[in-house]
Amino acid sequence: MSVKTKTNGASSNRKQRSGLAEVMFRLKKSPLAMFGLGIIALIVFFAIFADVVAPYKFYAQDLDHMFETPSRAHLLGTDEFGRDILSRLIYGARVSLQVGFIAVSIALIAGGTLGAAAGYYGGKTDNIIMRVMDVLLAIPQTLLAIAIAASLGPGLLNLMIAVGISATPRYARIVRSSVLSIRGMEFIEAAHAVGSSDFRIIMKHIIPNSMAPIIVQSTLGVASAILNAAGLSFIGLGIQPPNPEWGAMLSGGRQYIRDYPHLTLYPGLTIMTTILALNFLGDGLRDALDPKQRR
Amino acid sequence: MIRYILRRILFLIPVIVGVAFCVFTLLYFTPGDPARMILGDMATEEAIQNFREAEGLNSPFFVQFGNYIYRAVTKGDIGRSYMTKRPVMNEIMQAFPATLKLSFFAILISIVIGIPCGILSAIKQYSIFDTVIMILAMVGLSMPVFWLGLLMIILFSVHLGWLPSSGFDTFSAMILPSLALAAQSISMVTRMTRSSMLEVVNADYIRTARSKGQKESVVILRHALYNALIPVVTLCGLQFGQLLSGAILTESIFAIPGVGRIMVEAIKTRDFPMVQGGVLAIAIVFSVVNLAVDVLYAFIDPRIKAQYK
Repeated sequence: MSVKTKTNGASSNRKQRSGLAEVMFRLKKSPLAMFGLGIIALIVFFAIFADVVAPYKFYAQDLDHMFETPSRAHLLGTDEFGRDILSRLIYGARVSLQVGFIAVSIALIAGGTLGAAAGYYGGKTDNIIMRVMDVLLAIPQTLLAIAIAASLGPGLLNLMIAVGISATPRYARIVRSSVLSIRGMEFIEAAHAVGSSDFRIIMKHIIPNSMAPIIVQSTLGVASAILNAAGLSFIGLGIQPPNPEWGAMLSGGRQYIRDYPHLTLYPGLTIMTTILALNFLGDGLRDALDPKQRR
Repeated sequence: MIRYILRRILFLIPVIVGVAFCVFTLLYFTPGDPARMILGDMATEEAIQNFREAEGLNSPFFVQFGNYIYRAVTKGDIGRSYMTKRPVMNEIMQAFPATLKLSFFAILISIVIGIPCGILSAIKQYSIFDTVIMILAMVGLSMPVFWLGLLMIILFSVHLGWLPSSGFDTFSAMILPSLALAAQSISMVTRMTRSSMLEVVNADYIRTARSKGQKESVVILRHALYNALIPVVTLCGLQFGQLLSGAILTESIFAIPGVGRIMVEAIKTRDFPMVQGGVLAIAIVFSVVNLAVDVLYAFIDPRIKAQYK
């Protein structure tokens, strides 16, 4: 579907653009999406260059300056061990982005494979795979992540696995439905006719043409993965101290909330801004990638 | 109609068995010996062996799973807490009403606020009101429930002193947790109502209703809303599951004695049967709620009624 409309729509009254350029062109029209993209670029930059950008090390304690409110030396103040909150947030971006992207990759690979197989082969394969996914969907996502993380134990890798697996059924469903909508098209039949293998047809023809909903879901998925991971860390299932994770920082500052609210304020604000940016971008991408929405 | 409902109820059984299987498997592969955990570090090797034999812990995996299901169905026994040594079922039953109450209030708030906001946003599409509501909804979606809860405590309990920061007995104590928990679903319901209204308001029968001179309020509320609500009802069912699991975080922040708080305590003390029991209980309630939504469908959507006549 997207192949046909792309060429038709773009050539009608403006210059022909490649797929990506066309999407960027439409994305630029949405100020909120661009705002989201900007914030995410900034966070990625901070995460990559944390060693250079952060004014202090995330583990550097300064017991003479505990619970300090924001000042010139510590822009966002210090925590219960006198550690610089801003630096910890910057290092924490590494953890959160890692969790977000890797968890979504896990979900995408597992769910995508299952969904593509279910949609492409149909029949019994479809039935078995989707019934199993139905069972997993009967457990709310956060809860499933908690259940898996509780069994695996705390730690970064386990956190990613738990969040990733809990998101898998969603991707399986989305991939399956977009594969289903493409499977019956003529160009797939043509590929069959010239003797392409199933694997080649799925990889070369079906997946590229079903990317739009998957990209949107993945962008929003990174947001919910980061949110879930922060929630798990908050109840003590994720990253263990002293590693800087936003949810864990919030959880640590919680007991001092009455006297030193800045310990919880900034980590929460960081989480919210990140999620908000990803959501704006995801929404913008959905509009930009959906040919029906074109205005 | 009856056939549809029966079919849906029958479909619930494999789903619940499947969920139980997941929970049991997770429990089975969790490191740590249940016998050792229940009897304590002081127990002799012999006592542990006897306990393993008596509880069937030496049997193969699927036999154990069969026993687990059998005991769950006949005696309501889903294991025993490592910490309190009491049956998990009792503890969860005791705590569940608070969690249900919290989720119920939250879904009520989401409907009462979300649907009107969604309608107004849709009929005033691209107005300032619409833009503000949509941005607010996005902020609500992006707000971690545990942070919102803490912010509310800082503002309303610590600074203003208007509302208590913990407990769940009085009405005033329920306001903050329910609102904090509801924030995300308010946003979801608003967005869903808006988009589903927008799809409906351009339909032919709406134009017909207008052209025959029907009052605008009747057109919107009766003709459009009634049809636009169907996906919103589904969403509310799904949201209930999100709320039940969101309640885990909310309860631990506001110190509400519900299933969530039990689970968080259990996670900290590595009391796995308790954690997985909570998961099982919430998943079952979630499935039942979705079943109820599907049955409700049969009443509000004439297309389903027609299919099963």
